[in-house]
Amino acid sequence: MSGDPVIRVRGLVTRFGSSPPIHDGLDLDVKRGEILAIVGGSGTGKSVLLRTILGLKHPDGGTVEVLGEQLDKLDSMARAPVLKRMGVLFQDGALFSALTVAQNIRLPFNEHMKLDPKLVGQLIRVKLSMVGLPQDAGAKFPSELSGGMRKRAGLARAIALDPDVLFLDEPTAGLDPIGAAKFDSLIRDLQRSLALSVVMITHDVDTLGAIADRVAVLIDKKIVVGTLDEIRAHPHPWIQEYFSGPRGRAALDSRRLDGRGT
Amino acid sequence: MADERRAPGWAQSGHDGAAGVATLGGRWTLAFVPDLEAALAKIDVKGARNVRVDIASIEALDSGGAWLIYRQFRRWREAGIDIELAGASDAQAALLERMEAAEEERKPLARPFEGAFRALAERAGANTIALLREAYALLAFLGAVVSTWGLSWYRPQRVRLTSIVHHIERIGIDALPILGLLSFLIGIVLAFQGADQLRAYGAEVFTVNLLGVSILREIGVLITSILVAGRTGSAFTAEIGTMKVNQEIDAMRTIGLDPMETLVLPRLIALAIALPLLVFYANTMALIGGVTLSLLSLGLSLEQFLEQLSTAVSLSTYVIGLIKAPVFAVLIGLVACYEGLKVSGSAESVGIHTTRSVVKSIFLVILADAAFSVIFSYLGI
Repeated sequence: MSGDPVIRVRGLVTRFGSSPPIHDGLDLDVKRGEILAIVGGSGTGKSVLLRTILGLKHPDGGTVEVLGEQLDKLDSMARAPVLKRMGVLFQDGALFSALTVAQNIRLPFNEHMKLDPKLVGQLIRVKLSMVGLPQDAGAKFPSELSGGMRKRAGLARAIALDPDVLFLDEPTAGLDPIGAAKFDSLIRDLQRSLALSVVMITHDVDTLGAIADRVAVLIDKKIVVGTLDEIRAHPHPWIQEYFSGPRGRAALDSRRLDGRGT
Repeated sequence: MADERRAPGWAQSGHDGAAGVATLGGRWTLAFVPDLEAALAKIDVKGARNVRVDIASIEALDSGGAWLIYRQFRRWREAGIDIELAGASDAQAALLERMEAAEEERKPLARPFEGAFRALAERAGANTIALLREAYALLAFLGAVVSTWGLSWYRPQRVRLTSIVHHIERIGIDALPILGLLSFLIGIVLAFQGADQLRAYGAEVFTVNLLGVSILREIGVLITSILVAGRTGSAFTAEIGTMKVNQEIDAMRTIGLDPMETLVLPRLIALAIALPLLVFYANTMALIGGVTLSLLSLGLSLEQFLEQLSTAVSLSTYVIGLIKAPVFAVLIGLVACYEGLKVSGSAESVGIHTTRSVVKSIFLVILADAAFSVIFSYLGI
């Protein structure tokens, strides 16, 4: 975990219309090779922050750098090589419904690389296996898959080009606890073997305890970052309520029992 | 790690006694695939029964590079060569193992392609059966609607009057401007074309007959129905379909509301009331269009026009036009609600069924119009 941060946000301001800003002077660094989880109450702008980092929304103030580049300042030609090194898993996978799963995973290859189609086919098999999908899922359309499988397929598309940074929007939302735990360990495994930096939005306290290296909490239009234990010691009432509520405590207790606590 | 700007991975090979030795190093990532394939192809371990592969110098390995290395291993194994992997970190070894897992199961990634003729025959057959099933299902839906309607006579308090009035406003009053303009213009076009042709025989005055009969008997009701199918039928399907996607229909059922009674019946009744009124309005506007052109370019006075119209058009002509309206209304409403309730799951499905609803209801309206013509000519009306 050395070198420049993969993501550097400085003084970010986000506002909609003339209403007061939802982010005001927000700073955030994501280190290389870490899993950073972003949490926060509804309406604190988690998704907007993610969209801003991804370059889908222009910041209303401040700067956002991903892999050393300010995406919103680049033209589309200069943007492509940066986008190639980012992978995104949207909430319900956001698979292209007109394409099969295999075609969905093939799309980034066709767009960014000139490779032998046969090799791409083999790599698609590798990705399917890496995310734990059976290979006959490749010929299926997204509508024929269950929610959990769609997420895995979306993850396969996100890691198609072996990105440096992986963004996950509520990866475990809508999964049952067993499926969610499996998905957590899948992300951890992939992160280790592909040396990914991961930024994820989550509501899932289990995920925080299981795989997050650091936690970023959106409060008072800014962000508080630290390891899980540092954050738990933070005096802010929202954080206290978040972690010492019955759900939070149960999840963190089980983490202790697993011996994964620090 | 902007790989494009760095040097690709490399491979060296040689022999250590009877064994082959391959040393890999540098960046083994997806960005360098062509270079890496070339490097692997150059490895020369001829004659060796086993190969020691040292990957300790690899700086970066991603799944693209790992796949190429694994593929090379597989070729060697198939040629009966044993492989000894050395210098792999835990993560690298795990990544290479994952490649093996991907190989274990090899199922096709795309559906198999059948012969073109066979596919054509299969699709024709499947579509025919689907069409017949659809016709049957629509008929069953009509039955369900009629029985709900019949029951509502015993329980008039359950008829949603507010809903019916609301839909009449949407179907009828909101459509007046567009329908009026459309009919007026069609009246003008018909009168103009008719007069042009009949002038050759000096029979311009019969333009009025042409206008009266064609508009009142056929065109008024057809134009109105097609407009309503496009405007209202599609809206019905989209509304009900969206409710289906949001599980609102399921919620209604669990609360004890019958979607037939609350959604379908009010819409159908409203259509059956509003469409004849719209037809009356469209007829009037089309005739006004015809009159306007006659006054301007035929030199007929208003009195002459009306006199000619009253001799040309009997009451039965007018009634025949109007009598079709409620039938067409039920067809449009039936198809629209049926398609709406058939929406499943996704937003995409709403679009598909909305399109289908419009196409099907226009088709059925024209089919029914043809059937009416046959019946009327048989009856001699």
